[in-house]
Amino acid sequence: MSEVVAARGWHAWLTAEAPASRLQARLVNAYATSLGFLRNPLALIGLAIVIALLLIAAAAPLLAQDLSLRLRPPDATHWFGTDELGRDIYSRVLYGARITLGIVTLVVLIVAPLGLFIGCVAGYRGGMLDAVLMRITDVFLAFPRLILALAFVAALGPGIENAVIAISLTAWPPYARIARAETLILRDSDFINAARLLGASWPRIVFLHVMPLCLSSVIVRVTLDMAGIILTAAGLGFLGLGAQPPSPEWGAMISTGRKYILDQWWVAAFPGLAICLVSLGFNLLGDGLRDVLDPKQR
Amino acid sequence: MAGSRPRALKLGGAALRLAGTVVLTIFGLLLVTFLIGRVVPIDPVLAAVGDRAPAEVYQRVRSELGLDQPLYIQFFRYVSAVLHGDLGRSVLTSNPVLTDIKRFFPATLELATTATLMGVLIGIPLGVAAAVRQNRWPDQVIRVLGLLGYSVPVFWLGLMGLVLFYARLGWVAGPGRLDVFYEDVVDPRTGVILIDSALAGNWQVFSNAIQHLILPASILGYFSLAYVSRMTRSLMIEQLRQEYVVTARVKGLSEARIVWRHALGNVMVPLVTVVALSYANLLEGSVLTETVFAWPGLGQYITNSLLNVDMNAVLGGTLMVGVVYLVLNLFSDLLYRVFDPRAR
Repeated sequence: MSEVVAARGWHAWLTAEAPASRLQARLVNAYATSLGFLRNPLALIGLAIVIALLLIAAAAPLLAQDLSLRLRPPDATHWFGTDELGRDIYSRVLYGARITLGIVTLVVLIVAPLGLFIGCVAGYRGGMLDAVLMRITDVFLAFPRLILALAFVAALGPGIENAVIAISLTAWPPYARIARAETLILRDSDFINAARLLGASWPRIVFLHVMPLCLSSVIVRVTLDMAGIILTAAGLGFLGLGAQPPSPEWGAMISTGRKYILDQWWVAAFPGLAICLVSLGFNLLGDGLRDVLDPKQR
Repeated sequence: MAGSRPRALKLGGAALRLAGTVVLTIFGLLLVTFLIGRVVPIDPVLAAVGDRAPAEVYQRVRSELGLDQPLYIQFFRYVSAVLHGDLGRSVLTSNPVLTDIKRFFPATLELATTATLMGVLIGIPLGVAAAVRQNRWPDQVIRVLGLLGYSVPVFWLGLMGLVLFYARLGWVAGPGRLDVFYEDVVDPRTGVILIDSALAGNWQVFSNAIQHLILPASILGYFSLAYVSRMTRSLMIEQLRQEYVVTARVKGLSEARIVWRHALGNVMVPLVTVVALSYANLLEGSVLTETVFAWPGLGQYITNSLLNVDMNAVLGGTLMVGVVYLVLNLFSDLLYRVFDPRAR
């Protein structure tokens, strides 16, 4: 390895046709993938927006402004104006980034493993279990997502935790579908048969051999789903069923801004712009990732 | 052999299988609404008798409501009540839920239909233009529209539309379906105001209704437009690559005839599926849009009931939306099977 690097440089080593070790093979693959991603300007914009969101959420206390006068239009000190209690909208939007990020992360942490597990098990085991699980996903897919989330929130009561649960309950079926489709393709491949012949139990095969290979499609779907989750959470907040005021959740902020919409447009306008920007970021990033990680879905 | 079976028989078999799926899905929908109804932390008996009622009254009401029965019997009763058109009574309006739904649904129908029409009438030509001239301006327009369509919250767009077109420019009328002055002037024969006022020949009400409808319908229509144009584009690109297009060109057919007759003709069936799906998706958008525009439709009915913990109304409304969604999906699926020879 070191001779090749010394002779022809790192670039040649990273683009080698015939990798000499497993590590090199992985790095070659990763290098090619990241090059593909870096060539897509829209995906990079998306990535920049998402990174900015992360930074803003982390640094909100440093960036936020002090709070004083009420319902002031945007000016040099209060960049996005102030709301009905004199709170600076710019600062609240910054703190809202934390809530949005929190909701999205929680939902994804619940939904992706759950969907992956159900889909892989259903696809690998087949038979009755598969039929039952797939009928259940059918039923969940038969409701429009927001309406089902509304019904769940009705049962659980309004609030941000319940909103997360309700969104998760409505968001897992597509993941199960994707994981199942991938599993069906993998199930009869030679390496799985080999593992089976060696006497591996089905949980071992599902968890160690099938699931890791379904991951990339699930990750792509997660990024593309982020915007949908943000919009649903904001919708619930707007209807007064998600995060409750005085929480600076963007949807709830728009809901309060609605009362002043005709004269003080900025109260509702800026949180909405924040939602647009962040959703757009996730969508662009997701499109880019899909093109790189999953060329067949294009 | 399957291939030699008569076509009608094969179609019949497919229809039967489809009917099986539908029955199963509706059963599932009912199970979900039933279970949600049971999870609610409100005791329906306590709500009926009040918390000072003696224990024996509580027990009597409890058995009258059938709540002392095992869950599967309760579920069976729920299903049979729903199949008899009994969705319970709304606490908020004190009407049977079904009556309420009949009253509120036409408003949603009017909104969603107008929006879909807008999406189709603009979206399909735009999508075709983008497919014919790839990477030129219609193509870029569709890209941007599509991206924004997936990123903009519909309720926020509605609010901004109200600020701009109603408050600042005064081009459209404000929230609601009609000005207060015109309310209840026309006999509600269908519940769809545009049709009712046209039937009654009352054009003043008609034009007022249009002024109220145009903004919310455009907002919703935008989302339909974004989806329809995107799908039209990709379907058309696939068709224009086919060999019959080359043949038609060689034969000397005009480009317009090739695109609009031959290629578009071939994507009509999948396109109808796309339109049906976008129509179904508008049901969801209408919940938020109706709240913003104080539009007295099913979406507003569900959210209002929700905020007042009126569970019968919420679940009845949810079930109704689920069934409409299912019917639209089914309709598009069936259409596909009947008209696309490859799907047979």
